[in-house]
Amino acid sequence: MSTITPEVVAAHSLTPDEYQKVLSLLGREPSLTELGIFSVMWSEHCSYKSSKVHLKKLPTRSQLVLLGPGENAGIIDIGQGYGIAFKIESHNHPSFIEPFQGAATGVGGILRDIFTMGARPIAVLDSIRFGPLDDPQTGPRNRRILEGVVSGIAHYGNCFGVPTVGGECVFHKSYDGNPLVNVFALGVIPKDKIFFGRAEGIGNPVIYVGAKTGRDGIHGATMASDEFTEESKQKRPNVQMGDPFLEKLLLEACLEAMYTGAVVGIQDMGAAGLTCSTCEMGSRAGTGVEIDLQYVPQRETGMSPYEIMLSESQERMLLVAEKGREQEIFDVFNKWGLDSATVGFVTDDGMLRVRDHGVLIAEINNRDLADEAPIYDRPHTKPHRNVPMEAPAFASTDLKADLITLLSSGDLCSKKWIYEQYDYMVRTNTLAGPGGDAAIVRVKETGTSVAISLDGNGRYCYLDPREGAKLVVAEACRNVSTVGALPVAATNNLNFGNPQRPEIMAQLVEAIEGMADACLHFETPITGGNVSLYNETLGEGILPTPVIGIVGLLPTQAPVPSRFQNEGRTVMLLGGIGSSDEVHFGGTQYAHVLLKQMWGLPPALDMDLEKNVHAAIRDIVAAGLVESAHDLSDGGFAVALAEASFDGIGATISLPSSALRPELLLFHEGPSRILVSTTSPEEVSKLADKHGVPAVAIGTTVKGQVVIEGHLSATVEELHQPWATALESALHA
Amino acid sequence: MKAGVVVFPGSNCDHDAYYAVTQNVGAQAALLWHQESQIPSDIDAIILPGGFSYGDYLRCGAIAKFSPIIGAVKKFADAGGLVMGFCNGFQILTESGLLPGALIRNNNLKFRCHQVGLRVETTNTPFTNAAEKGQILTIPIAHGEGCYTAEPHVLDQLEAEDRVVFRYVQNPNGSLRDIAGICNASRNVLGMMPHPERATDPLMGSTDGLVVFRSLLSALVAK
Repeated sequence: MSTITPEVVAAHSLTPDEYQKVLSLLGREPSLTELGIFSVMWSEHCSYKSSKVHLKKLPTRSQLVLLGPGENAGIIDIGQGYGIAFKIESHNHPSFIEPFQGAATGVGGILRDIFTMGARPIAVLDSIRFGPLDDPQTGPRNRRILEGVVSGIAHYGNCFGVPTVGGECVFHKSYDGNPLVNVFALGVIPKDKIFFGRAEGIGNPVIYVGAKTGRDGIHGATMASDEFTEESKQKRPNVQMGDPFLEKLLLEACLEAMYTGAVVGIQDMGAAGLTCSTCEMGSRAGTGVEIDLQYVPQRETGMSPYEIMLSESQERMLLVAEKGREQEIFDVFNKWGLDSATVGFVTDDGMLRVRDHGVLIAEINNRDLADEAPIYDRPHTKPHRNVPMEAPAFASTDLKADLITLLSSGDLCSKKWIYEQYDYMVRTNTLAGPGGDAAIVRVKETGTSVAISLDGNGRYCYLDPREGAKLVVAEACRNVSTVGALPVAATNNLNFGNPQRPEIMAQLVEAIEGMADACLHFETPITGGNVSLYNETLGEGILPTPVIGIVGLLPTQAPVPSRFQNEGRTVMLLGGIGSSDEVHFGGTQYAHVLLKQMWGLPPALDMDLEKNVHAAIRDIVAAGLVESAHDLSDGGFAVALAEASFDGIGATISLPSSALRPELLLFHEGPSRILVSTTSPEEVSKLADKHGVPAVAIGTTVKGQVVIEGHLSATVEELHQPWATALESALHA
Repeated sequence: MKAGVVVFPGSNCDHDAYYAVTQNVGAQAALLWHQESQIPSDIDAIILPGGFSYGDYLRCGAIAKFSPIIGAVKKFADAGGLVMGFCNGFQILTESGLLPGALIRNNNLKFRCHQVGLRVETTNTPFTNAAEKGQILTIPIAHGEGCYTAEPHVLDQLEAEDRVVFRYVQNPNGSLRDIAGICNASRNVLGMMPHPERATDPLMGSTDGLVVFRSLLSALVAK
């Protein structure tokens, strides 16, 4: 009698149609282990089956791209024989179920993606989103999740020895039951020593290295492809446990093993563990892989082949070595006290063949697993949206109080409480750490540094996924340009709800198309990334949240600070005062925090002007003309001005006359603007003019005061204190 | 000067110390694997770097003290050799008995990474002879277990013997009597929680850590 009942198929999250495809590819009924293997490889998480047709629209090439999507991480040429490998990945679902381990293993997973290429990780950034900390019902849980996620990231990154140099932390009700934890990692790699996840060379040994296999994380990839329900809490054993110490040893051992020249191909065991690494390595090389599970180092006794193949135990790698040179690999791993064992060999028939003590357990074509997953062009209608276009009536009674409220709100307040728990200096490359517009790490091997910014904006993307996604790319590129770097590449993490709902699928499609437009325009090809769908709890989806990581290059030098440095300098607004109206004000922090509403459209973006502003600020920074530069984003001009004054030097500002009402003038979030202070306003204007960008002198820096004539006047301390203490007060409320 | 930087499994500031010595101090350095049981004869000073030796499992430094190289480091120190432990290196020195006291969890129970003000309490050591007494150095900390603790009579003795080398200007971790760094009775072994190797390059925001290495160089010349 068949053991594969429709119930068993459903329990593996395969649809009846998908199961029919399994049957026709195999030409027979699968064993339970084979069904498990298909189910993880064809899960949304591993196969991108709902997003693949749309991801193809993203630009992926440029002269600097050495390696685009499809491998473990993308690689960009930075000159002098070196490249940088980087990618972003989500660990949203595990971080809700078990915040500490979920976030920690998120860091571990992306670090392995980087060093499996042969790159040494030199920076991590995190984009994290939670429900509001002050919500009467969910606040306590949200606080617990945030504390757990932050300590998980700190635990893993600090011990591993990679600096966590920046990121973003954002709050919104829609992340209440579905926090987002997106981790970006970047490493340095010699261009002639790039390793691929390919099982090349018939007869070459397949070697398992790193931690032993246990029962943890079985079906993690399938879980990450489901919505959360009340039962999800019972899925806790599906979350893996991380050991950063082991990962550190694995890093050193892998790099040392690669150095021997005996490594042919290597891939980390992440989602779907041994299953994914074997069939993907075979599929990429067009070869087969045969393994015998009796040789797999195991942490517990009595594990079934099903469990061994689907385990997501952390800190493991699979490598293919040159036949006859196995001992060189074993010696390196022994030195670092790690397990290594030959578990199989490369064959010429394209099959994944799994044996247990010689007995055949599974036999599936690698390509069927890795490349033949069903691809869905899911129906998409109009993006989901449930807010009005018209602005409500509103009028501020106290602009200074409004500014203080904004500065102490979750998204805008200081994140020092978070980032001081991260070692952001280890490896002594951090030129600009957390808290600025973009993080900067130098590459010691060359004279080049890398600027990185992570950015997302769920409210903008909810109001208009296409324009919102463009704005997100524009802002991240602006951040990187503001510190003087040329944006050269991107990685994206697409966090959305259930793609089987046409109005959610529409959000995804439009956001991808908007991102594609913007990345093409700003010349930042996407070299890899991650899609996280089914971010819903009890039928409530998150705001559509595409997160972009932009990487830029600049010469290694002391960075331009974002804060005013000296009194008596001219304050200028590059890009001018910007334009807005009430409809385009509905996605701002002002609308969110002070009016607690969302309406209308995100700010209007002129991509040509935006790009010119980037070019202008880069020229201005390179010419050494500014003492500080800070981009305008969340909270608009007034918030940027306050932030620029937090070293104690403020400014008196007289804004040019404008038709904008005061709330809009001070707080609209029109893009393409950068606040600078300078001793050479004429030269700044001249350079800006060359790029067709307005540069308006609006005031002078002064000690200890922030004055916007006709609107508000405050001491720096009045603004700084609430900003600096808000997060900690909210956490310990 | 040639500094030997010990590499334990889990050390992660070993490369930083090596880089600081070779690129910013202008001296030589070599990495010493923890399984070695002899210190090469051309090594003039030993650095136990920061990091998470053995993952900080059990207690920070508690497993590293059993590494073969610790015996060699003890011999080196007994013979008057100069030994410095930064952060995890300090923890290893207290665990292996080369320095008194212990480093326990920060009093706020969290890892802390930021610049601190560090007051030089004595210049009568090979690690601070180029500094001025009372000088305030800006050097970063990055640790979760940096709260220095010892019996009151030990603290009294450290003070009486002028062995408190650095104190925090603002105590970041609850260390007793604000102690950030101490030396042994023979004054040739230094342990400190802050990371001087991270403050040797203007691009990193401070070069105040150089004074430790410059002191070391002049002490070696005088030797």
